[in-house]
Amino acid sequence: MTIAKAVNSGLRRAMEDDPKVLVMGEDVGKLGGVFRVTDGLQKDFGEDRVIDTPLAESGIVGTAIGLALRGFRPVAEIQFDGFIYPAYDQIVSQLAKMGYRSAGSVRLPVVIRVPYGGGIGAVEHHSESPEAYFAHTAGLRVVTCSTPADAYWMIQDAIASDDPVMFFEPKRRYWDKGDVDVDGGSDRAPLHRARVVRPGSQVTVAAYGPMVKTALQAAEAAAQEGKDVEVIDLRSLSPLDVDAVEESVRRTGRLVTVHEAPVFLGLGAELAARVTERCFYSLEAPVLRVGGFHIPYPPSRVEEEYLPDLDRVLDAVDRSLAF
Amino acid sequence: MTDSVVGTRTVRHDGPELVQLLTPEGERVEHPEYSDYAAHLGPEDLRGFYRDLVLVRRVDAEATALQRQGELGLWASLLGQEAAQIGSGRATRPQDYVFPTYREHGVAWCRGVDPVTLLGLYRGVNLGGWDPHQNHFQLYTIVIGAQTLHATGYAMGVQRDGAVGTGDPDRDTAVIAYFGDGATSQGDVNEAFVFAAVTNAPVVFFCQNNQWAISEPNERQTRVPLYQRASGFGFPGVRVDGNDVLAVYAVTKAALDRARSGDGPMFIEAFTYRMGAHTTSDDPTRYRIAAEVEEWKLKDPIARLKAYLSRGGHADAEFFDAVDAESDEIATHVRSGCLALPDPEPESMFDHVYADPHPLLEEEREWFRGYHASFAAGEEVAR
Ligand SMILES: Cc1ncc(C[n+]2csc(CCOP(=O)(O)OP(=O)(O)O)c2C)c(N)n1
Repeated sequence: MTIAKAVNSGLRRAMEDDPKVLVMGEDVGKLGGVFRVTDGLQKDFGEDRVIDTPLAESGIVGTAIGLALRGFRPVAEIQFDGFIYPAYDQIVSQLAKMGYRSAGSVRLPVVIRVPYGGGIGAVEHHSESPEAYFAHTAGLRVVTCSTPADAYWMIQDAIASDDPVMFFEPKRRYWDKGDVDVDGGSDRAPLHRARVVRPGSQVTVAAYGPMVKTALQAAEAAAQEGKDVEVIDLRSLSPLDVDAVEESVRRTGRLVTVHEAPVFLGLGAELAARVTERCFYSLEAPVLRVGGFHIPYPPSRVEEEYLPDLDRVLDAVDRSLAF
Repeated sequence: MTDSVVGTRTVRHDGPELVQLLTPEGERVEHPEYSDYAAHLGPEDLRGFYRDLVLVRRVDAEATALQRQGELGLWASLLGQEAAQIGSGRATRPQDYVFPTYREHGVAWCRGVDPVTLLGLYRGVNLGGWDPHQNHFQLYTIVIGAQTLHATGYAMGVQRDGAVGTGDPDRDTAVIAYFGDGATSQGDVNEAFVFAAVTNAPVVFFCQNNQWAISEPNERQTRVPLYQRASGFGFPGVRVDGNDVLAVYAVTKAALDRARSGDGPMFIEAFTYRMGAHTTSDDPTRYRIAAEVEEWKLKDPIARLKAYLSRGGHADAEFFDAVDAESDEIATHVRSGCLALPDPEPESMFDHVYADPHPLLEEEREWFRGYHASFAAGEEVAR
């Protein structure tokens, strides 16, 4: 199934399992969301559980907090990455901190789903990668999936978590297909764990979300030139599974981080610092970062130049190997 | 106010509070408060309105076609909302300032912005593409409701410049902010109302209530007719027939005059209908029934003005033919202009991020340059 369908099926299953799970957001009902991720849910679960909200992001998150205080488990959709900012205050000042302020007596099991990232030729505000803003805020868990299997299981694990979870969905991969073992089994990993998605011995490439596929393609291309690249899908950005990356870098001696979001103060920087601290003597080269530039997401006709592609990843792999 | 149930939802119909000067059948009617504001319009002005309506509809149709042919990534159609935009746009004066959403192609037309310019954002060659100060027409705003606060702040600036209530028609300035019915749910819009009210800012809030916010009908945004909201914030609100270009003109002129003279903000709810999809990537058959669209077709803004003009002998066949010919010309202009919009030079994405030099940005630009050059060098070697 596709990633979009996998999130849909995961939501459906969570709603079946727990009557307290609610889906809410703009156009999530009859329309099934602008990406059809919530397609059919309102028909089957009713308007009380799949709520077409007013067009107000702060309102969506703020009322989700209230619903959670009342014992519900809301899954709120923000229609596009670039429209999350009106809700920013509710997310970072309220959602993230209430558990702490109440010394644990309040838990807010709210999931915020955000289709994110570029590559779909959209107009402005529809292609952003705001994940670092949220990873920087304590109290939130920030995760992102890159395969249908992860989409299916991670959304359910996010809903089951008693912490607020920012669930970033790589929108340009929504239509990518893959197998999903809906009985659990092998393809289910804990929400906070990274995963080696391609073993290799010479360079570790750590990516997440939409860039995992690009990293795998780069590894494939590198293999044809006799270079053995290991690819790690981080999956969780907060907490960050540094152990998994460290373990890999100890073997390969090299690390390249890849994300669409700007490199400056991005997830790659955090990973580079931590890996350098932990295994300085295993490193054969400085950690290299591949990502977006320090500019607003550009007009779609040049987004291919903005977005890291296979060549940019390969270039970094080569530079790393050249040290 | 009469309510009728169409399909599964309640459509709030025009009631006695709806300001109208031209019925759907094209009959002139008087309004005790607003007739005066349109009284000076002669046949030539009305023909001008008609021409505007037809031309912007054609610009819109051509842009929709261009999107279908893959020349635009997206298009937000104004079909059905022409009168709301032309009526209000024509009521503005050169010194006034307009803050649009992403659908105000008709208002842009009234402000003298070349329609081709509007396509840049939708084609993906730029993120705005015009100088807002040139025609006093701000860049399109995609984040719902954000521009209402900018408009209010601009109006507060107008006040500080002493450009209200001087009695000089060329100096007194008003600001107008456009937004949809869905936008009225946003915090920003409500905060704009608060700021405008307490500062008595010269701003007109112009809501095109086209009944839908993508798939969500009015009922998902409000339980009271929108124009009534204004009174809660402390300024007047009025509902006007958004498909009646004359009434929209009159009501907007009244509101702008009021703002310019220093009497503060006003809210206009132009009651209209989005005849097409929300944008070219939307599929309205998933949420709306055809009968509703059919009902609104009967209220078409162009047909009613045409009926009035012909019946009253204010325009002849020759005029209508001339406008049609002109609309063919504009379609050609839009098409060729669109195809001629060049893709940006990749390196240009580093331009204009900051006003002053920024070392990080320069470093990244240099890297980008070198990276591209390395490919060129590689090709040389391969040859
Ligand atoms: C802050 C924000 N949230 C969500 C969106 C996505 N979106 C774009 S248009 C739209 C509906 C707007 O409805 P309305 O305000 O009634 O204006 P209309 O397009 O109908 O003229 C939505 C939800 C957005 N652009 N900005």
